Formats: sequence, structure tokens, C-alpha cells
Amino acid sequence: MSIKEIAESRVIDLGDSVLRQLKGLGDFTNFTLKTIFWTFKPPFRLKLLFEQMYFMGNKSVFIIFLTSIFTGAVFAFQIYLGFKAINADSFIGPIVTIALAKELAPVLSGLVVAGRCGAAMAAQIGSMKVTEQIDALEVMGINSYQYLAVPRILGAMLSMPLLSGIFLLIGYWGSWLIGVKVIQIDEMMYTQKIGEFMNLGMVAEGIIKATVFGYLIGIIGTYQGFNVTGGAEGVGKGTNMAVVWGMITVLVVDFFLTSFLAKIL
Amino acid sequence: MSEKYSVEFRNLVKVFGDSVILDNLNFGIHRGKITTILGFSGAGKTTLMKHILGLVMPTEGEVIVLDQVINHLGELELREFRRNFGMVFQYAALFDFLTSYENVAFPLREFTKMNEDEIREKVMGLLESVGISPQAAKRLPSELSGGMRKRVGLARGLALDPHIMLYDEPTSGLDPITTHTVYDLMRDTHRRNEHRGFTSIIISHDIHATLKYSDYIVFMEKGKVVEHLDVETFKKSENPVIRRFLEL
Ligand SMILES: Nc1ncnc2c1ncn2[C@@H]1O[C@H](COP(=O)(O)OP(=O)(O)O)[C@@H](O)[C@H]1O
Ligand SMILES: [Mg+2]
Repeated sequence: MSIKEIAESRVIDLGDSVLRQLKGLGDFTNFTLKTIFWTFKPPFRLKLLFEQMYFMGNKSVFIIFLTSIFTGAVFAFQIYLGFKAINADSFIGPIVTIALAKELAPVLSGLVVAGRCGAAMAAQIGSMKVTEQIDALEVMGINSYQYLAVPRILGAMLSMPLLSGIFLLIGYWGSWLIGVKVIQIDEMMYTQKIGEFMNLGMVAEGIIKATVFGYLIGIIGTYQGFNVTGGAEGVGKGTNMAVVWGMITVLVVDFFLTSFLAKIL
Repeated sequence: MSEKYSVEFRNLVKVFGDSVILDNLNFGIHRGKITTILGFSGAGKTTLMKHILGLVMPTEGEVIVLDQVINHLGELELREFRRNFGMVFQYAALFDFLTSYENVAFPLREFTKMNEDEIREKVMGLLESVGISPQAAKRLPSELSGGMRKRVGLARGLALDPHIMLYDEPTSGLDPITTHTVYDLMRDTHRRNEHRGFTSIIISHDIHATLKYSDYIVFMEKGKVVEHLDVETFKKSENPVIRRFLEL
């Protein structure tokens, strides 16, 4: 091959790859619009929604419990180590609580839910796809987006703020154990300082983030499920993609959401 | 209503990417009969069946089902229209999160206003007619054998009293004896509903069962219909591809 031919084939490869990415983006947009359309179209499947919320809570609450108590505890301890030099260890309470409310609770809950529930969505829907169960729904005249995707997406949107709230409470308790019981900061001072520095806007920021993350995890998990092709291997691949993209999206979107919310809250 | 055909294809062409999967098909499927679509794997049989259901739309031409040009129906009309069909999938495609009973009850819960008692009566009747015991009705699909799953799939397909029953390779993966019981079941189902113009369309590559149970045979190869004949004429076909198939 001449250099010209090699260059040409590289350009063609590059073009193909760009087209594939664009097509992927187009498919994803199309999927997103369809799920939004079918969310607002009756029948509203509340039973499926509650089942999904129960399933997601059940699947992640224990891990959230463990993650949050240790996050709160270790964070309190680190702040103490850093701040005691300047005699500012009474600030442990507000620093940990604010960080939990605004960042740690929604983001870490998001990572847990992406790993547990985003994966489960892709696996369940993907295996229904490869065993023609989705075709079976469609043959009966039932819209598979409405039946399978919508309850999962809404379920994740509603579960995430609840799980993030649990994360915040238990994380706070973990930090309190370290701050008050281990480091022996006066309990009154510990809680009073939190009251001074915390406000409702910070709690709202966490709730908004958790809801957005829930939506993103839901849409990515279900999209990956519907796009599974080719047997059990395909299901594994889709599940993996759901987790990876779910986690990356949570972290990236968190950054932009933080700068956006800083302006309005 | 067309007395003769329940499904008709007119100049049907389907192209996926740059390969022609269905190549200008023109034929009708006889109302009230059992028609088998026969052919090697990759011939386009499943794609043809998906056109009947409106799951895949033609690149060119028309698909007419029960006198409706279904490729002209809107999305919601099409969903409504699909209640005319019952379908049994290659590997049954039972919902894995529901018991056998709930699988059969599913279309009734979705599309009828039946109360629990009526549903129970209908579901148990359907399950009995395909030979599924009340104990097996309580089990999940993963706890059933392949043959039992097919039976439950058949019961589910029949739940809404369809006009057209579609079977995509209903016996693949089954042993020869179970294959024949499933075919017997399909024929019994057909006979029981024949009076109302019930049409059965079976996709198969099992030549022996096809010759025994069908009224008409459509033989497809590479997206084309090679022959469309009644069984007796088919057996005498001189077409070399069919002779090769018959001698298997
Ligand atoms: N959605 C699709 N996209 C691209 N090609 C397809 C699609 N569905 C089927 N095909 C191709 O069409 C051909 C016929 O497939 P199919 O109808 O499943 O054959 P059969 O059921 O007779 O085995 C195959 O080569 C298959 O790869
Ligand atoms: Mg096929």
C-alpha cells in the first residue's frame, strides 16, 4: 500500500467511527424522547413503579448504609487531623455535614445505585430482549418502553433522593460517633455549629442532584438493556456498559450541576 | 372480507442495510388453513412473519392482513390491531418474572375487563387444554421443561381468541416425541377454532412434521418464494431444491 492509500483508509476509518458515534448519539436521543413521550401517556403503571422502587431500595440500602457510616466517620477523622493544628476542630460537624448534604450523599449514592440498579436494569431488559420477551410484549400491543423503561427511570428518579437522604443521616451519625464519642468534642457545640452553617439550600442541592442522577442512571441502564444484541454475552456487555457509563455520567454531571446550582441556590 | 386469504403480500420487498432479505413476494395465506413456511435458516422466514405483525415495515409493497393494509396503520392502530394475532415464539418467550398462570393471565389483565374469577376460569381452561397441570401453573418459566414452556406459550397466545396464530419454529430444541405432541396440540387448537376462520401460520424447517400437519406449504429460499402449494402437490414437486429438502 502506498502512503496515500494508507492515509485514505485511515480517513475512512475515522469517518466510520465518527458516524458510528453520531448514530449512537442519535439512537440515545431517540430513546430518551420516546421514554419521555410514553411517560405521559396512559396507562400509568403505578404498580410497576412501586415494584421498581422497592426493588432498587432493597438492592442498595444495605450498601448505602455501610458506605455512608464509614464515609462520615473517616471524613470526620481526617478533618480533625487537619484542623486540630489550628484549633478549629469544632468545625468538624458543619464541614462533614455540608459536604455530605451537597456532594457525598448524592454522588456516592449515585455510584452505588449505578452499580447495583443500573446494572440490574440492563441485565433484566437485555435478557428479555435476547429471549424475545420484548417482542412478545410488542406482539400483544404493549409498548415495551412504557412497560419496562418508564417504571425503571421514574423509580430511580424517586428512589435516589430517598437513598441519598438515608446516606446523609447515617453519614452524619458516623461523623457524630467520631466527633463526639471518640474525639470528645462537646455534643452541644457539635450540633450547634452545624445549625449555624447549614441551610436548606444545601439540602435542596443534594436532593436535586440525587434526582438528576437517578434519572441519568435509569435512562442509561434501560438504554443499554434495549440495545443488547446477541445472546448472553451481549447481556454481559450491556450490563457492564450501564455501570461504567452510569458512574462516569454521575461524576461528570455532578461537576456541571454544582456550578449551575451555585448560581441559583 | 377476503374469503380466500387472511394474509396477502403484494410486491413485498425488504432491504436491511444493503442486502435484500425479502425479494418481491406476491402471495396469499389461505384463511382457515394451516400454512407452513418452510426453508433453510436465513431464508427470511422470521422477517416475513414480523411483517405480518407489523413489527417490521416493508421497504416496498404492501402487507394486507384481514383486509387491512397494515403498513398504512398508525402506531396506536397497529397496537390495537395486533390483538388479532396470537404468537408462539421459538423459545416460548414467557415473561420470566411471572408464573405460568400469570403469563397466560397477562393479556387478559391488560386487554379485558374480566374480574379475577373470570380470569381464573379462562386461564385454567386454557392451561388444561394444552395439558398443563394446576401445580405447574404456579411455577416460574425457569422451573419448566422446554416442552412445557411451549405449551404455556401456546395458551398465552390463545388467551384473547386470536384470528391468526403464528408459530416461529415452535419445536426447535425439542425431542422428537415432544415435537409431535406440540404439533398435535397446534392441530387440535386449529380444529377447535376452524369454524371462525382461524388461520395457523407455522415457520419450520422440520420437513416431516410439516408434511404431516399442514394444508399448504410455502417454500422460501434466499428471500424468494420457490413454491406455494398444497401438501399433496408439494410432495410431487420436481423443483430440485425441494427434492433435496424432501430427501433429508
Ligand atoms: N433487523 C435486522 N437487521 C439486519 N439484518 C437482519 C435483521 N433481521 C434479519 N436480518 C437478516 O435477514 C436474513 C433472514 O433472517 P430471518 O428472517 O431471521 O431468517 P430465518 O428466520 O428464515 O432463519 C438473515 O441473513 C438475517 O441476518
Ligand atoms: Mg427464524
